[in-house]
Amino acid sequence: MVAALAELGGLDEATIQALQGGVGLPAIPAAPAAPMAPPLPPEPAPVAAAAAVEPEKMVEPAPDAEWLPAGVQTEIAVEKWSGKVKEIALGAAAAEGGSRGAVVKIGGQTAMPFMFMDGELPNAPVIAVEIADRRPDGWSELLYQAWGDVLDDPAAWAKAAAAAGANVLYMRLSLTDAEGQPNTPAKAVAAVRAVLQATGLPLIVVGPGQAEADNDLLVPISEAFKGERLALGICEDKNYRTIVATAMANGHLVIARTAMDVNLAKQLNILISDMGLPLDRILMDPTTGALGYGFEYGYSVMERLRQAALQGDAMTQLPMIVNPGEEAWKTKEAKVGEGVPAAWGDWSERSITWETLTSTMLIESGADIVVLRHPETVKRTRVAIDDLMNQ
Amino acid sequence: MALSGIQIYKLLPQTNCKDCGYPTCLAFAMKLAAKQAELALCPHVSEESASKLSAAAQPPVRPMALRSNGFEVKAGAETVLFRHEKTFVNRPGLFVRVRDSDSADAIQAKVRAADAYTVDYVGMDLTLDGIAVQADGGDFAAAVQAVRAVSQRPLLLFAGAEALKAGLSLLAAGEIPLLGVADAENWQEMAALAKQAGAPLAVAGASVDALVDLAQKVKEAGVADIVLAPAQRSLLGVLKANTIIRRMALKKNFRPLGYPILSFPGDWGDPAREAVLAGQAIAKYSGFIVLDHFAPEVAYPLLVLRENIYTDPQKPIQVTPGIYEINNPGPDDPVLVTTNFSITYFSVANEVEGSGNKAWMLVADAEGMSVLTAWAAGKFDAERIAKDVKRFGVADKVGRKRIVLPGHVAVLSGELEEELPDWEVRVGPREAVDLPKFMKQVLV
Ligand code: B12
Ligand code: SF4
Repeated sequence: MVAALAELGGLDEATIQALQGGVGLPAIPAAPAAPMAPPLPPEPAPVAAAAAVEPEKMVEPAPDAEWLPAGVQTEIAVEKWSGKVKEIALGAAAAEGGSRGAVVKIGGQTAMPFMFMDGELPNAPVIAVEIADRRPDGWSELLYQAWGDVLDDPAAWAKAAAAAGANVLYMRLSLTDAEGQPNTPAKAVAAVRAVLQATGLPLIVVGPGQAEADNDLLVPISEAFKGERLALGICEDKNYRTIVATAMANGHLVIARTAMDVNLAKQLNILISDMGLPLDRILMDPTTGALGYGFEYGYSVMERLRQAALQGDAMTQLPMIVNPGEEAWKTKEAKVGEGVPAAWGDWSERSITWETLTSTMLIESGADIVVLRHPETVKRTRVAIDDLMNQ
Repeated sequence: MALSGIQIYKLLPQTNCKDCGYPTCLAFAMKLAAKQAELALCPHVSEESASKLSAAAQPPVRPMALRSNGFEVKAGAETVLFRHEKTFVNRPGLFVRVRDSDSADAIQAKVRAADAYTVDYVGMDLTLDGIAVQADGGDFAAAVQAVRAVSQRPLLLFAGAEALKAGLSLLAAGEIPLLGVADAENWQEMAALAKQAGAPLAVAGASVDALVDLAQKVKEAGVADIVLAPAQRSLLGVLKANTIIRRMALKKNFRPLGYPILSFPGDWGDPAREAVLAGQAIAKYSGFIVLDHFAPEVAYPLLVLRENIYTDPQKPIQVTPGIYEINNPGPDDPVLVTTNFSITYFSVANEVEGSGNKAWMLVADAEGMSVLTAWAAGKFDAERIAKDVKRFGVADKVGRKRIVLPGHVAVLSGELEEELPDWEVRVGPREAVDLPKFMKQVLV
């Protein structure tokens, strides 16, 4: 598989070595633009910064002629909007009371995605790479192969994710450890600390997805890393109070998830802001489906939410985060390599295309953060984002 | 963009002579606006008004179709910028491009594979739409002939006027290919040829002004069906150009841009990038899309994306509720319950069918929703399932009464046992992929 990726032009030498090379940290190239984190307040020595590697660039064809040159004669229909999406900073640097080397800004738009002729789009969409506090169960074989042994070490995984091109890390806490024992606050805090120390990237932390466990694990994390401006999740209509309260007290953000419905999204944002958390600390997750599995619902609800925001509806003026990686890698198309129709073609390339199309099309419908799983998808999505932001 | 009754009224003689059969000009105008009357009923309308009214009645994006040998690829006729506003209508045609500089063998190998490609998605057989032949310093007519020997699908022919003439002469009577691509240099001969052939003509422009100018000239030269090819390659360039074209057509009723759009995602040269550009072209307004690479693993996701984007948001794709047979089941085989959302039904049915297991599938009427969506919306509960068991006479089909619930709705099992006291209620796995194993190991 690593070889297959290399053939695709997917990975550079250093990454391939890192993927094959196992846990040994030195084999993993450092994050491109992400400086290493300075020491965290209460804890042991930080990891030494490795030499920064320039992200590799594709050979670009000559740029397009400007389609709307100065002095254009045709009277162009421009869409002027009255609303503006809130600009939100994820992660806090030392000066702001955190330890992040890079603070990531999202939102701030006054136009639909990439419609630079209509308004301002100050911040590029952001790629978050999903990692976990332990080797995840039930992932596609292709993902195990792509990441290799770093899956057993959250800090190594974090570094590999940064090297793959993540702007942000999205860390999922497990319900149980590999032996089936329940996760504990102490273990979860330690794993988050290791990840924070491994790179300077801002961090999103989500619970296992069961209300009680989520709250048990997220509250101590929120307290231990006060001031880091983490994003904590996931707040849903049935379980948001505890997470919101602890985020509020410790200077973090929250992720508010609803099931593909404009009104449900608004309602949850209202409930959360009623508790006193300012709107510029809420990211909304309108939920998405993978290509072929409800994608069109997610795509359209994001377009509708962004239109509502630009029309001035304050409760929708929040940046949006979605999980195309998780959804795409749940599909049979991505998970299964054998016993599928011949018309599905090569497994690896199909899966990566599945995830890449889901992610890039969601970016074009309004996603501010896409959470991805495969390093090659990260790379392709990055190329697309650069292209879309390259005025 | 349709005119309002008042706008139409202003173009009528306003004499209220009643010759049209309506009491006033305004009443007639209202009927026209509602498309419940024909303008021809008013004998007094001026020629100028009549032509304005008929222009306004035209669809904002001109509909057209390419044809060959029973195949048809429609484009245009779109009315909204966002699919949730109503629906997108004509799925963009996906064409694989060959070059006349390649050998006939190479051309035919590529065309054969693309032409024969078909993939099942929720019970629909999806295919590509045709072939694009590109002049590239070789023998254009020979290339067209090589293509026609192995594919009867509609063609896009891209060459100079002379080569096009030679290529056209090889096509069957009644075929309508797309010709192109006309530019500021060659548009006159290209337009003359397209007019003569009765075929649509693609025009290219490096800026919006250049494109508008060329579209107008070609139209004045007598070509009715025009296709716009903004000369942009980058994601941003194409997105901007396509959006402006469609927006001007729909919001301003701006005729020179009221045509389908042609895109070349392969122009970038990199297949990974081509897939994303093609995806964007599907989602953002292209009518004809030219791919330079053909690979099943990319064609499949693109075809699925096209289905997703062009599904009518008001109507989820559904199957008819009922009892379905998988692999000729007998009285001892289990009954699997699922919902009538196409994606749900086919992901389960394909899994069971592929594994060789026999089963009865009870497709409950869940109003076209997935298992969890339907459950959350109260459209898939024990009572409804029990009702459908009776309605479809399921008990008559089986001797051993075993019914399997999707793992995601395990909570329903208790209630279902109450509803169906003489049935053995089992809870299956959550995901369909795990069903074959479950059926072999657990369901014996
Ligand atoms: C697309 C979608 C929608 C679409 C509807 C699409 C449709 N036609 O059904 C829309 C946007 C309309 C929608 C609406 C709602 N949704 Co919705 N939706 C989804 C989404 C994103 C995907 C669902 C899907 O298509 N899955 C794919 C299909 C194939 O899956 P499936 O049917 O479950 O089938 C699989 C398995 O169940 C299994 N299987 C199926 N049959 C069988 C049979 C047997 C015997 C076995 C063993 C296995 C098996 O195999 C299949 C493949 O593995 C999910 C979240 C997600 N990502 O999963 C939420 C989700 C299902 N929705 C949810 C909710 C709450 C709703 C709403 C109630 C929200 C609201 N209040 O408005 C509404 C209800 C609709 C209404 N009121 O009209 C929740 C349900 C929560 C819960 N656990 O109860 C979910 C899980 C989102 C969430 N996390 O909150 N939704
Ligand atoms: S026939 Fe024409 S002029 Fe006479 S009432 Fe009808 S619309 Fe008016």
